[in-house]
Amino acid sequence: MEQLKGKSIFSGIAIGRILFYSKNQQQVKRNKVDDVETELARYEDAKIKAIEQLQELYTKAVEEVGETNAMIFEVHSMMLEDDDYNESVYNIIRTEGVNAEYAVAVTGDNFSTMFAEMEDEYFKARSVDVKDISERVISILTGNEETEGIGEEPVIVVAEDLAPSETVQMDKSKLLAFVTHLGSSNSHTAILARTMSIPALIGIEISKDWNGKMAIVDGKQGLLFVDPDVGVLEHYMEERKVEETQKELLLQLKGQPDITKDGKHIHLFANIGSVADVANVLANDASGIGLFRSEFLYLEKDTYPTEDEQFQVYKTVVQNMAGKKVVIRTLDIGADKQVDYFEMEHEENPAMGYRAIRICLDRVEIFKTQLRALYRASAFGTISIMFPMIISVDEVRQIKRICDEVKQELDDINVSYGEVELGIMIETPAAVMISDMLAKEVDFFSIGTNDLTQYTLAIDRQNAKLDNIYDAHHPAILRMIQMVIDNGHKENCWVGICGELGADTTLTESFIRMGIDELSVSPSMVLSIRNIIVNMNVGE
Amino acid sequence: MKQFNYVITDEIGIHARPAGLLAKEAKTFSSKITIEANGKKAEATKLMAVMQLGVKKGAEVVITAEGDDEDVAIVKMEAFMKENL
Repeated sequence: MEQLKGKSIFSGIAIGRILFYSKNQQQVKRNKVDDVETELARYEDAKIKAIEQLQELYTKAVEEVGETNAMIFEVHSMMLEDDDYNESVYNIIRTEGVNAEYAVAVTGDNFSTMFAEMEDEYFKARSVDVKDISERVISILTGNEETEGIGEEPVIVVAEDLAPSETVQMDKSKLLAFVTHLGSSNSHTAILARTMSIPALIGIEISKDWNGKMAIVDGKQGLLFVDPDVGVLEHYMEERKVEETQKELLLQLKGQPDITKDGKHIHLFANIGSVADVANVLANDASGIGLFRSEFLYLEKDTYPTEDEQFQVYKTVVQNMAGKKVVIRTLDIGADKQVDYFEMEHEENPAMGYRAIRICLDRVEIFKTQLRALYRASAFGTISIMFPMIISVDEVRQIKRICDEVKQELDDINVSYGEVELGIMIETPAAVMISDMLAKEVDFFSIGTNDLTQYTLAIDRQNAKLDNIYDAHHPAILRMIQMVIDNGHKENCWVGICGELGADTTLTESFIRMGIDELSVSPSMVLSIRNIIVNMNVGE
Repeated sequence: MKQFNYVITDEIGIHARPAGLLAKEAKTFSSKITIEANGKKAEATKLMAVMQLGVKKGAEVVITAEGDDEDVAIVKMEAFMKENL
């Protein structure tokens, strides 16, 4: 048995035979030709045919992996029509009097090297695209278009690297997993693997000798076993069985409303930390976003993100969610999330320090920039704004005043915005105790159980020594949640949970019986929680 | 000759797809349209050359139109940039 470790692109377990996929390495010979015009015409014909093929691939990809991921083939045909690329091919044919295959191969190499030498990762990765289109034209010219197909038996495809066109052309029903040596987690093939939910590993030193051998891909741990021992094989067959039942069960739940057997509707939302996560939210069928952590906008930059930059991000997210509710939490830095350009002083106890709303109410311009971006984006969908680390009614009133100022400023310059709900995180014991007063001020509460537990139990979550007494199910926390729900409902506030406890499947039924209106969990947990909701009765 | 400056707001910068659309748009004018960034210049009709400029988000580019229809071209190009980049 051989065991190798790579980087996982998509988790899941695959067991099957390996198909070693090798490109028809095109051995392009340089031939002198007498009739240059014929070669030019051959190239033109091949190019037209290649563009036709790419259009077919585009149509196929749109159906299989969606328009965004299919776009690459549209780009490929645009690249084939590039003036410089074509000029280069014509030139080589004319000046050297050589065959079209050779001219395309040289041109492809030159352009792909130019991209490979660029600094930026995105542009660097385009060298693969140039190679891909050049190889397509060469295959057409040599009439060598047959690629080694997948047979009847489903296989684990192992390759040095896979071009997007190669992945899309493979018969999905016969594909168990991808394993490649090259490729990055942002390559098109990686994105396709994720969209198709196929286990995939990259960064594995592959061997030609594996062709036809039995193998296991463990996408959870990034492991590949070739010729697995019986014990290992049995273990993974068991795991795969569990995974498959789970998957089937969950797939049936897609598209189903989140209603208990006796008719109570729960808003089942997802938590996200960046724009890229939206795809996951939609794939897992959450009915909204219950917590969009806006910090990433600040954490990934060297200076304050501008209003326009933020607006673009919020707008993209609400547009992708197409009218479904998106709850965006304002800046929550400080404590364990530090940003250099905020130039904050060192604190002895940052968890209880200058953080989140405390910074925003002190540095109002930073806060207003974010609020303006949020209100502007609200014209494009349904936005709710949520404020973190609240401890007093006075803070909420200050926030509402600032929101009114922002709206007035937008009115003055005739910028439109939508109806925006305002709500707060309940994550301090103080907020719980005055939740009856706070409920009069806002539209909703979202309970942040991570901080609430840490502050209530006086246990630093980072302190491993205290792990044994850190009890997320402590009765104090559950009583607090009940109190917040009851106080919220008295004033018509909806109440949700967006902390880790919200995704704790052992508590889902209890929360719903306690009267919770919304649960916001990581996208991958949505269907598991739905499974509990649709199978329970509130009045049991 | 007409020109304008523009700051790229697209998350990835001038990536493959908008570069392709830009080439298509620029080809509809008889004027020569160029795009200048990072001290380098490329004809807007040339997709690969434009991508070679490696323009990222936040970078300022200068678009120039020179020729018979430069007045129309510059207005249309500005609208194109705002919509796509």
